[in-house]
Amino acid sequence: MILPNLEYAAAEMFVAVAAMVLLMIGVFRGEGSFRLVSVLSILALVAAAAVTVWMSPVESRSAFAGMFVSNGYTTFLKVGILLASAVGIVLSVGYNAREAIERFEYPVLIVLAALGMMVMVSASDLLSLYIGLELQSLSLYVVAAIRRDSVKSSEAGLKYFVLGALASGMLLFGASLVYGFSGTTAFAGLAAQLTGASAPSVGLIVGLVLVMVGLAFKVSAVPFHMWTPDVYEGAPTPVTAFFAAAPKLAAMGLLVSVLAGPFGGLVKQWSQIVIVLAIASMVLGTFAAIAQTNIKRLMAYSSIGHIGYALVGLASGTGEGYSAVLVYMAIYIVMTLGAFAVILAMQRSGRMVEEIDDLTGLSRTNPLMAAMMLIFMFSMAGIPPLAGFYAKLYVFLAAVEAGLYFLAVIGLVTSVVGAYYYIRIVKVMYFDEPEDALDPRPGRDLGAIQFVAGMATLLFFLFPSLLVGAADTAVFSLTGG
Amino acid sequence: METWPLLSIVTFAPLVGALLILVMVRGDREATDRNARWLALWASLATFLISLLIWINFETGTADFQFVEKVAWFSFPGGYTLSYHMGVDGISMMFVLLSTLLTPLCILCSWEIKSRVREFMAAFLVLETFMVGTFCALDLVTFYVFFEGVLLPMFLIIGVWGGDRRVYSAFKFFLYTLLGSVLMLVAVMAMYFLSKSAGQGTTDIVELLRFARETGFSPEAQKWLWLAFFASFAVKLPMWPVHTWLPDAHVEAPTAGSVILAGVLLKMGGYGFLRFSLPMFPDASVYFAPLVYTLSIVAIIYTSLVALAQEDMKKLIAYSSVAHMGFVTLGIFAATVQFSAGSLPDNLLGEQAVTGAMFQMLSHGIVSAALFLCVGVVYDRLHTRRIDRYGGLVHRMPRYAAVFMVFTLASVGLPGTSGFIGEFLVLFGVFQVNVWAAALAATGVILGAAYMLWLYRRIIFGELVKPDLMRMKDLHPREVAIFAPLVILVLWMGIWPEPFLDVFDASVKNLLTSFKAGACRVNEACFAAR
Repeated sequence: MILPNLEYAAAEMFVAVAAMVLLMIGVFRGEGSFRLVSVLSILALVAAAAVTVWMSPVESRSAFAGMFVSNGYTTFLKVGILLASAVGIVLSVGYNAREAIERFEYPVLIVLAALGMMVMVSASDLLSLYIGLELQSLSLYVVAAIRRDSVKSSEAGLKYFVLGALASGMLLFGASLVYGFSGTTAFAGLAAQLTGASAPSVGLIVGLVLVMVGLAFKVSAVPFHMWTPDVYEGAPTPVTAFFAAAPKLAAMGLLVSVLAGPFGGLVKQWSQIVIVLAIASMVLGTFAAIAQTNIKRLMAYSSIGHIGYALVGLASGTGEGYSAVLVYMAIYIVMTLGAFAVILAMQRSGRMVEEIDDLTGLSRTNPLMAAMMLIFMFSMAGIPPLAGFYAKLYVFLAAVEAGLYFLAVIGLVTSVVGAYYYIRIVKVMYFDEPEDALDPRPGRDLGAIQFVAGMATLLFFLFPSLLVGAADTAVFSLTGG
Repeated sequence: METWPLLSIVTFAPLVGALLILVMVRGDREATDRNARWLALWASLATFLISLLIWINFETGTADFQFVEKVAWFSFPGGYTLSYHMGVDGISMMFVLLSTLLTPLCILCSWEIKSRVREFMAAFLVLETFMVGTFCALDLVTFYVFFEGVLLPMFLIIGVWGGDRRVYSAFKFFLYTLLGSVLMLVAVMAMYFLSKSAGQGTTDIVELLRFARETGFSPEAQKWLWLAFFASFAVKLPMWPVHTWLPDAHVEAPTAGSVILAGVLLKMGGYGFLRFSLPMFPDASVYFAPLVYTLSIVAIIYTSLVALAQEDMKKLIAYSSVAHMGFVTLGIFAATVQFSAGSLPDNLLGEQAVTGAMFQMLSHGIVSAALFLCVGVVYDRLHTRRIDRYGGLVHRMPRYAAVFMVFTLASVGLPGTSGFIGEFLVLFGVFQVNVWAAALAATGVILGAAYMLWLYRRIIFGELVKPDLMRMKDLHPREVAIFAPLVILVLWMGIWPEPFLDVFDASVKNLLTSFKAGACRVNEACFAAR
């Protein structure tokens, strides 16, 4: 049988073939091929992003008998995922060489994870969703434990695996309940049944809740966040940087498309859950971060908080809200990757350090890097005119429009608490005198990422329409198409 | 001239200067510092000249916004495109001038800063951009961006170049003001959606003013919106009891930081009340007038007493600022008290009071800035701000003693100085609407005289006995250049205030008319009067 409409999955096929070719190159070239495979992976991911844009259909198109959909929304997410994954590999090249973990499997696993994420966001059936999610998760479990001789890294990988498997199980169980009570796993079929239905059956609601639990785990929303700080701290830093970016975007995009698409008819039901998740994430993310001394743990709690803010947009249950989620996640990824590029440059006599106090006096020893970190921190705190402010503006605007004033007030008050620990980093860098300086110069790759991300964050206010317009178009094809 | 975007130029000229300093200034340490200083001075002077040009071309006698610029900026999801919208009326014109005047003086008084000169000068110019932008913005989101952006450079200025407890003060300043502002942000969003009932929602200040005059927010919504804006402006102004960040920030900030803080940043609160609270939420302003009056009178009397007890010069002046700002809020809300008292004479009173509040803000902007500069002069020489370390300075520094006296008397409100006009107009206006408030506020004037004159006596007069004061040198030319324009202004504003009053006269009248139109929509006193 010839499958129709295969061209809409061109980017996925390209990435899949690329992953296999890269694996072959690695196997035949042997241990020394890490750098070559890394560079080729970066090129493949960027090329795949170009293919995605090029092959993006004007209207929603489905392939693989309705299991797979391609539209403006999936294009937006895929471009973000692919570019974030590419940057993730760039961040790791120098680090892996220094720390003697130059395994060619590493970039290949990231490419496979990216493929899983692409399938995830393009899924239009609970089964294809699950397949994508598992491909992504399994790759990530291995990557987290890539440093086999480190207890912390192995612990991180194991924790992530056990909890992740539990979450996947819940999601699968939820999917089976949904199937049992509706008779279909296809998104279109579910949407047709649920819109205008008088009272949804309890079984279906339980199924929905379990699916949401599984996805909430992937975005690390409170109370399903327990793994995040440990995995962030234990995994090698470039892996943490990668975890904080692309998978978060993919999982959040998936959460939006699942809730807005097939379960759009149950918006009253799920928005309550999302509100609770959002408040819990914002509050816990900000308050728990105050006590952290390790900058990677701090970033973990900070990412939990940011997910809370993004969920505020989702909680509004409107197209404006979904668009705000996309804008928020895109800006969040840029800030996070930039901040991790700074964290990766934190070395003292060639060894990585990761305490906040290690940044002491950075503004004197490395003014440019300190200035970039300053931009990221103030932006994450949501201070205008930096990009993070507009991200918050959009999600809270959606919440206020939906009448969720209390959510907006809670969110903005927690953002003040959050500002405390972000400006504490600024304080360490700018107000304190340097004692034991960090190594002066980050690699050219890290410096470039810091600078590009910093400028994007700083100058976002000049061209906000570029991102906002793209997100609007993307969401239109989700809700209107 | 018509086609030049003068307001954008005056707003962003300092930013260009800051970028030039960061990018261009290179070389060895000494050359870097020297070039950074001069470049910053020229940039700020150029900005000042442009703002003078705007003032010259400013048309008095109309309440319309002038030099308006409007460019589509970005859209909210759902299609509303908000604009980068700039313009000045009489109220904001004066504050723009105040900001551009004080910045070059601050740069001059920071000439001797030793560490990280380049960064300091750049931070100061960025600060100027945000300050001027705050007063020029005619869109709520644009306003918020500038208003909040001020925190960034100010946090660094206090934290990097401040005194011993600078970290604590910088954090307190940042978090206090941020907490106030985020509530305002919620209100801004709510206003966008609430104004939707009249067609397209808007964040444009001109449109919102028209909306408030013609339709108005519902009284219930007004109360919440008013409180949210109040949270922001009361912290900024600051009003008792949310003033506690101010003494800390003032004391620890470097001299230039204190000058800008007292001279301009505090005025943003008063400007906000005049621009937003009064005309956009008239009912709520009436409803909450007793609260504002109580807090203002407590501020005037309590902080004056606190000022009496201070051992630290900067702290004393900081507390006096809180007391003076109490007069400002009394004046701004005088018209609302009239409503809440339930009587409504034919002509709306409060014009003198609001005019007085405006004038008091300008006067305080210059006088308190100058007083901090005076403290800076002796601090540069002796590196202490403790009052009891000084005494008898008149013997060594006669010129300094004279300058300090002018500003002390202006702060006290002596006729012939700018301080008199503001305080007198406020008390005059307040007396008409509430005798008790005026009487209590007048005691604040007496207390003000007490602490300022006592401060002056302890520092300037008496025997010159302390050995380390023997070597004190009088004002040198750079310091004379800083003080000369301020002395002239204080006397000019005190003797012939017309040119300044003319600028905002029409705008204040218009403000009160639209306040009355809004407040009369639901207020029973109006119906009774008809």
